[in-house]
Amino acid sequence: MWQRILALIAKEFLALLKDPRSRFVIVVPPLVQLLVFGYAATYDLNDIPYAVYNEDPGADARELLAGFRLSRHFRESARVLHDAEIAPLIDNRTVLVVVHIGPRFSRDLATGAPARVQVLVDGRDSNTALLALGYVRSVVNRFNVETAARLGQPRPPAQLETRPWFNPNLESRWFIVPGMVALLTLVVTMLVTALSVAREREQGTFDQLLVTPFRPVEILLGKALPGFIIGATESSAICLAAVLWFKVPLLGSLLTLYTGITLFLVSAIGVGLMISSLAVTQQQGLLGAFLFLVPAIILSGFATPIANMPPILQKLTLINPVRYFMVILRGVFLEGTPFHLLIDQFWPMAVIGAVNLAGAAWLFRRRLY
Amino acid sequence: MNPPAFENTSQHAPRGGAGQRLRGLIRKEFLQIVRDPSSIAIAFVMPVVLLLLFGYGLSLDAEHVPLAVVVEEPDADTASFVAAFQHSRYFAPVAMANMAEAEQALQARRVNGIVHLRENFARQRRSAGGAPVQIILNGVDANTARLVQGYVTGAWETWLAHEAQGDAATPHPPVVVEERVWFNSELRSRDFLVPGLIAVIMTLIGALLTAMVMAREWERGTLEALLVTPVAIQEILLGKLIPYFILGTGGMILSVVAAVGLFEIPLRGSLLVLFTASSLFLLAALGMGLLISILAKNQFVAGQVAIIVTFLPAFILSGFIFDIASMPGPIQFITHFIPARYFVAILQTVFLAGDVPGVIVPNGAALLVMAAFFLGLNRLKSRKRLG
Repeated sequence: MWQRILALIAKEFLALLKDPRSRFVIVVPPLVQLLVFGYAATYDLNDIPYAVYNEDPGADARELLAGFRLSRHFRESARVLHDAEIAPLIDNRTVLVVVHIGPRFSRDLATGAPARVQVLVDGRDSNTALLALGYVRSVVNRFNVETAARLGQPRPPAQLETRPWFNPNLESRWFIVPGMVALLTLVVTMLVTALSVAREREQGTFDQLLVTPFRPVEILLGKALPGFIIGATESSAICLAAVLWFKVPLLGSLLTLYTGITLFLVSAIGVGLMISSLAVTQQQGLLGAFLFLVPAIILSGFATPIANMPPILQKLTLINPVRYFMVILRGVFLEGTPFHLLIDQFWPMAVIGAVNLAGAAWLFRRRLY
Repeated sequence: MNPPAFENTSQHAPRGGAGQRLRGLIRKEFLQIVRDPSSIAIAFVMPVVLLLLFGYGLSLDAEHVPLAVVVEEPDADTASFVAAFQHSRYFAPVAMANMAEAEQALQARRVNGIVHLRENFARQRRSAGGAPVQIILNGVDANTARLVQGYVTGAWETWLAHEAQGDAATPHPPVVVEERVWFNSELRSRDFLVPGLIAVIMTLIGALLTAMVMAREWERGTLEALLVTPVAIQEILLGKLIPYFILGTGGMILSVVAAVGLFEIPLRGSLLVLFTASSLFLLAALGMGLLISILAKNQFVAGQVAIIVTFLPAFILSGFIFDIASMPGPIQFITHFIPARYFVAILQTVFLAGDVPGVIVPNGAALLVMAAFFLGLNRLKSRKRLG
C-alpha cells in the first residue's frame, strides 16, 4: 500500500513542480511576501505629520510646542497663520494633526484658569487618529506634570504605572509576524490542494485514477501528503525567518509549535481537498479557494481582534482553523504558553481536518462528472 | 472572371463590421457566463457576502475589555477609583482577590489587563506624591494594548476631574486638550474600514472574473479556433473585457448601496467621482486578471498567481487597514504598484471627507496610468500566434 502511495506522491510532486511557473509560484512568493508584509503590516505610528497654529506669543506656548518637536512620534510639516489654512492641510492629507494654541493660552496658564489647546485630527483612518490622539495627550500630560512641579502644585492623587507584558515595547511587528506564519502557510496549502482534483477532473485523469486499484483513502493520502510536506517546509522556513530576520522571540517549545503546525496543516489540507473535490471546473475551484481563504484570514484575529466582532460572528469563527492557529502561534512565540494550555486550540483543528478529509474522500467516489 | 470578383466582395464587404464581430464575441462571453454561474456568483453574491461578513467582523473598536481589578485594601477611595472603570463602556472589570489569581487570568487570556491598587492607597492618595496604581496589559496585540492604555488613561482622567470637583485641594491640570476629530467624530473604525473593504473586494472580483478566461480558452483549444476567424486581437480582448466590466460595475453598485444603506457610512463626495474612480480601478483590476491569464496560459498557474498577487497585497499593502505612512520607505515604494492603494485613498476620502481634488486627482491619475499600463501590456503580450 505504501509503495502505491509513494508513487502517487511522486506523481503529485511532478504535476506541481514540473511546470517552472508553478514551481516558482509555490516557492518564491511566500518568502517575498513574508519580507514585504512583515515590514508593511504595522500599527506603530512614527513621524505623525502635524501643523502648528500658534496665536500666543508667550514662552509657555513655545515650551509646549517643543514637547511635540522633541517627540519621536511627531514631525512638524507646516505652520498655519490663519484659520482658512487649516482645512486644505487636513483635507489633502498633508498633515494628520493640527495643534492650535489660542491667544489666551499664556494668560490663562498664568492666572490658573484651564489653558486650552485645540487639537484637530483627520479621522479618516480612525485607528491612526486614535493613536495620534494618545501621543498628543501624552505630550500634554508631560507638560502638565512639569508645569505643576514648577508652580509648586501637588502631584495628582494617583499615577498610573503601566507595564505591558510579553511585548514590552508594544511592537506590533511581534504581533503580526507570527500571524503571518498562519497566513502564508494557508495560502501555500490552498495553492497546492484547492485546484488539484478539479484539474484532474477537467483533464479526465481523475477517472483514470479511479479505475486503478487505488482505494479512495490512498488517493486521498496521495493528494494530501505533498501539500503537507510543502506546507511544513514553508512554515518552518517562515518561522525561521521570523526568529532570525525579524527577531521575534520564540519562548515556547518547538514540540508545541510543531503540534500546532501539523494540526493546522491537516485542517487546511482537508478544507482545500474538500473544495477541490466539490469543484467541477478549476474556475469553481479557484472561487472556492477564495471564498474560504479570504474570510478565513479576515476573521482569524490576524489584523483585528475576534473579541471586537459581534457575538454571532464570534461563534462563526469557531469553524475557522486559522483562528486557533493564530492563538497557538502568538502564545508559543511571545508568551511561551505551555502545551497543556493550548489543548483547547488543538482539538478543534483536528476535528475540522478529520471531517473535511473524510468528506473529500467520500466525494472522490460519489462525484463522477 | 467571376471568382476574383467573388473574392473581392468577401474581402471588402465581410458579413458585418468590427462592431458586429465585437457584439458576437460579447454575446458568446455572456452565454459562457450564464452557463457557468460561478462568474455571476463572483460578481453579485461575493461582494454582498464579503461586505456583510467583514463590515461587521472587522473592527478595531475595543469595547467591554475584560480587566482584572485587584484591590488590596478596599475602602471608599478605592471604590471611587474602581467606579471610573465600571462606568466606562470600554471596560468590563472583574474583581479578583489577589495578584496571583489576576496574573493567571491574564496568562489564560481571560482578561486583557490588570488594575492593581496596593495597600494604603487611601493614605498615599492624600500624600504629596500621590498613590501609584499598577497597570499591567497583555502586550501581545500591541495595537489593542495601546488603545486599552488610552482608555485606561481616559478613565484615570475622569476620576481626577471628579476628585478635583469634590475637593479643592486636588488641582486641575494646567493645560486641557480639546479634541476635534474631523470626518469621523466618533472614531468608528467601521466608517474607515468599509470604504477600503470595497477596494479589496473589487480587487478580488476583478481578478477572479478574468484570471481564468484566456487561460481557459488556451487550455480548451478554443482560442485557436478564434484565431483563425477574422476577428482582430483587440476585438478578442475587448470581447473579454466588456462583459466582465459590466458584471464588475454591478458588483460595485451593490457594494456602495450596502455600505451606505446597511452600514450607514456617510457618502460626502459625489457619485460621479465615485463611479469614475471605480471604472478606472475596475479596468486596472480586470486588466491585471487578463494579463495573468494571458501570461499563464493554463488555468492552474493562473489560479495560483491570482491568489498570490491579489488578495494579500490588497489587504496588507493598500492602506486599507495598515497605514502606508507608517511603513518603511522601500515598502512604501512597493505599495505604488498596487492599484488598490489609489482606490482605497479615493474611497476613504470620497466617503468620509468629500470631493477633495488634492486627493482625488493624483490618485485618479495613478489609476488611469495603471489601467493603461495593464491594458497596453495585454495588447502587447497577445499576438495572433500559437505557442
